[in-house]
Amino acid sequence: MRFAPTATARPERRRRLAAVLMAALIGLIGLQLMLPGAAAFADEVDTDEYPYRVSGNVQLEGEPRGGVELNVKGNGIDTDVVTGEDGKWAVGVPERNAEYTVTLDESTLPEGIAVVEEGVENPNVKTATVGPGGRVSVNYFIGQGERNVTGFGDVLVERIVNGLSFGLMLAIAAIGLSLVYGTTGISNFAHAEMVTFGAVIAHLFANVAGWPIWVAIPIAVALGGVFGLGLDGAIWRPLRRKRVGLVQLMIVSIGLSLALRYTFQFFIGGNTVQLPGASSPPIRLFGSVTMTAIDMVSVVISIAALLVFAGWLVFTRLGKATRAISDNPSLASASGIDVDRVVRIVWVIAGAAAALAGILFAYYRPGLKWDMGAEFLLLLFAAVTLGGLGTAFGALVGAMVIGLVVEVSTLWIPTDLRFAAPLVVLIIILLFRPQGILGRRERIG
Amino acid sequence: MDWLQILSNTASTIISPATMAYALAALGLAVHFGYAGLLNMGIAGFMALGAYGYAISILTFGFPWYVGVLVGIVAALVFALILGIPTLRLRGDYLAIVTIAAAEVVRLLFLTSAFDDVTGSADGLSGYHTDFRGTNPIPQGSYGFGPWVYNEIGWWVRILGIIAIVLAALMVYRLVNSPWGRVLKGIREDEDAVRSLGKNVFAYKMQALLIGGGIAALGGILYAMDRNVNSGVYVTSLTFFVYTALLLGGAATVFGPLLGSVIFWVVQAFLSNLLPALVAAGILPFMSSIQAGTVRFILTGIALMLIVIFRPQGILGNKKELTFVK
Repeated sequence: MRFAPTATARPERRRRLAAVLMAALIGLIGLQLMLPGAAAFADEVDTDEYPYRVSGNVQLEGEPRGGVELNVKGNGIDTDVVTGEDGKWAVGVPERNAEYTVTLDESTLPEGIAVVEEGVENPNVKTATVGPGGRVSVNYFIGQGERNVTGFGDVLVERIVNGLSFGLMLAIAAIGLSLVYGTTGISNFAHAEMVTFGAVIAHLFANVAGWPIWVAIPIAVALGGVFGLGLDGAIWRPLRRKRVGLVQLMIVSIGLSLALRYTFQFFIGGNTVQLPGASSPPIRLFGSVTMTAIDMVSVVISIAALLVFAGWLVFTRLGKATRAISDNPSLASASGIDVDRVVRIVWVIAGAAAALAGILFAYYRPGLKWDMGAEFLLLLFAAVTLGGLGTAFGALVGAMVIGLVVEVSTLWIPTDLRFAAPLVVLIIILLFRPQGILGRRERIG
Repeated sequence: MDWLQILSNTASTIISPATMAYALAALGLAVHFGYAGLLNMGIAGFMALGAYGYAISILTFGFPWYVGVLVGIVAALVFALILGIPTLRLRGDYLAIVTIAAAEVVRLLFLTSAFDDVTGSADGLSGYHTDFRGTNPIPQGSYGFGPWVYNEIGWWVRILGIIAIVLAALMVYRLVNSPWGRVLKGIREDEDAVRSLGKNVFAYKMQALLIGGGIAALGGILYAMDRNVNSGVYVTSLTFFVYTALLLGGAATVFGPLLGSVIFWVVQAFLSNLLPALVAAGILPFMSSIQAGTVRFILTGIALMLIVIFRPQGILGNKKELTFVK
C-alpha cells in the first residue's frame, strides 16, 4: 500500500524515452479530500452504502485504462469492481482502522502487461489499511519494477535532455532551409519532402534491399545531396533565370511539396515503417533520465554534423561566400562571387542535411511515413523564423528553442498538443521581436 | 469500363457541397491574396473554425442551425483579428508562416483529447443535422435530372450553398470595384505609395482579412453542413488545394475562384473515377488501385507548379493585374 504524494498525484504523461511499459494504480486520495463529492468515479461500488472507501486509478503508459477488474475483500465484504473509461475505481467499505485485501485481476490487463514488484510473490494482491481518515488509495506497478510517480525535477531534466536532442535534429534541417532562404529567397515548402526523402531512401536500402543500416544512412545522405542538386538544376535555376517572383517561387515549392509527398505515398504506401534498430532498449543515464543507444548516437551525429557545418560556414572561402550572398546577393556577385555555383552547393548541403535529419527524425518519431516531413515542416519554419529569417546560426538557436518547448511543454499541456506549443511561442515572439532572436531590425519590411 | 458512370460521377461534383465550399474558401482567399496581396496560408484554419463553430454551437449549446452559422463566422472573424494584429505590419513571408502556424494550432486544439467532450477529438463531430433538416421546406423525394439527382436534403444544402456563393460573390464584386477596393489593390501593388497618400494601410488590410476570413468560414460551414466535422480535413494540404483552385481560376478575379473550384473538383472526381477503373481494366498494370488514388494528388501538385510558372494570372485573370509583386 502506498500513498501517492499530492504533488505527483495528477496523472503523469508518458515519458517518451522511458519506453518501458508500465501501468500504475494511482490513488487520488488527496484530490478526493480536496474535492468532496465533486470528482465522481466512473465506477463506484457501494460507496453510498458504506461511509469509507478504497479507491485507485489504473493507468497504462499515462493513459487511463478502463475495463480492469479488481476485488476488495475483508471485514465482511467481497466486492468486484471494474475501472471506468477514466481508469478510476472506488469501493465503499464498512469499517475504518481496518485491513482489506485488494486483488487486481491480471487477465484483464492487455497481453504482455503484468503487475511487477521486486521481492513480492504476488504483487497483484495488496493489503490496504483504511486509516482514521476513512479513505485509502492503492497503487500497483507494472513493468520492470519502476514507479510511474517520478519527482518533478527528474521529469524536467529528462524533458530538457530530450528537448535538446530533438532541437539538434531540428537544427540540421533548419539550417539547410535557412541557407536556401538566405541565398535564394525561397521559402521552400518542399524542404519537408527533402527530409522525408532521406528516411525513404534509408528505408529502401536498409529494409527493402536488406543492406546494413550504417551503409544505408551514408547512401541516403549522399543521395539527399544529389536530390537537392537535381531540384536546383531542374526547377529552381531555370526559374531564377526566368526571374520568377518570390511569392511565385514559394507557391511552386508548395506544388512541388504536394507532388513529391504523394509520390512517396505512391511508392511506400500510407503506413508507418520502422527503420532497423528503432526499438532498442533504453539505458539509464542518471536519475530517471534514460536514453536509447539510438538516441545517443543521434545526438552525437547531430552535434558532429552541426560542428562541421559551422566550421564550413565560418572558416572556408565558400562558407564566407555563402554568408556574403545571404547578406547582399548583388554586392556579392559584383565582388566576383559565382552566385550560381554557391547556390548550387547550398542546395546540395541543404539536401544532404535534410536527408540526415529525416533519418534521425524517423528514429525519433519513431517510424517513417510518407507525410512525416510535413509534420516537421512547420517546426522548421518556426525555428528559422524564430532565429531570424536567413541567418544560419539563428536557425540553430531557433531550433534549440523549439526542441525544448516541444518537450518541456508536455509537463503542463497534453502530449498531443506538444507540436502546437512552439507555434504559439513563435506567434508570441513575432509580436515582440519580429526580426527573430538573431535577426537584424532592418530585415523586416 | 463504365464511361457513362465515370462521366456522371464527374458531372455530379459540379454542384457538390465540397465544390461550393472550395469556391467560397477560394473567394475569401481571393480577397486576401488576390486583392489585398496578403499571403494567407491559414485558410484551412478559417474553414475549421467555421465548421467547428457551427457544429459545436448546435451540439454543445443547442443553438438553432442558423445561429450556428453566425457563430462559425464570428469565430473566424475573431481568429482573423487575433492573427492580423501582430502580423499585418510584417513582411509577406512572415504573414505566411504565422498564418500557417496558427491554422495548425487551431487544428491541433480541435484534435487534442483534452477537449474531447466538446470537439470529439480524433473522431470529430457528427449528428448535428436534426435542426437543419427540420427547417427544410422541400418535400421528401428525389429531384433533378441526368447526373444531378439528389434527395430533399441534398438539394437543401445545395440551394443554400448557391445562395451563399451568389451573395458572397456579389459582395466581393461590389467591394473590389468600390473606392475601398481600389485602395486595397493599391496596397497590393505598392503599400508605401498608398501610405504616402494618407491611407491607413493596416486598417484596410485588417478589413480585407476579416471579410475574406468570414467568407472562408462560410465555406467551412457549408463543407460540414450535411456531413461531419473532422480535424483531419483541415490540414495544411487543404490550404494548398484551395490555393490551387484559386490560382487556376485567377487570383485577382471574382469569378476565377468559382471557376477554379469547379475545374479542380471536376478533374479530381474524373481522375478518382477514371484511374482505378483503368487499373481494374488492366490498362495500368504497374500500379495498384490504392496507388491510382494517389496519382491525382501528384498531378495536383504538378498542376499547381505549372499554373504558377506559366499562367500566374489564372484562366480568367488579366496579365496586367500582377498578383505576384512582392
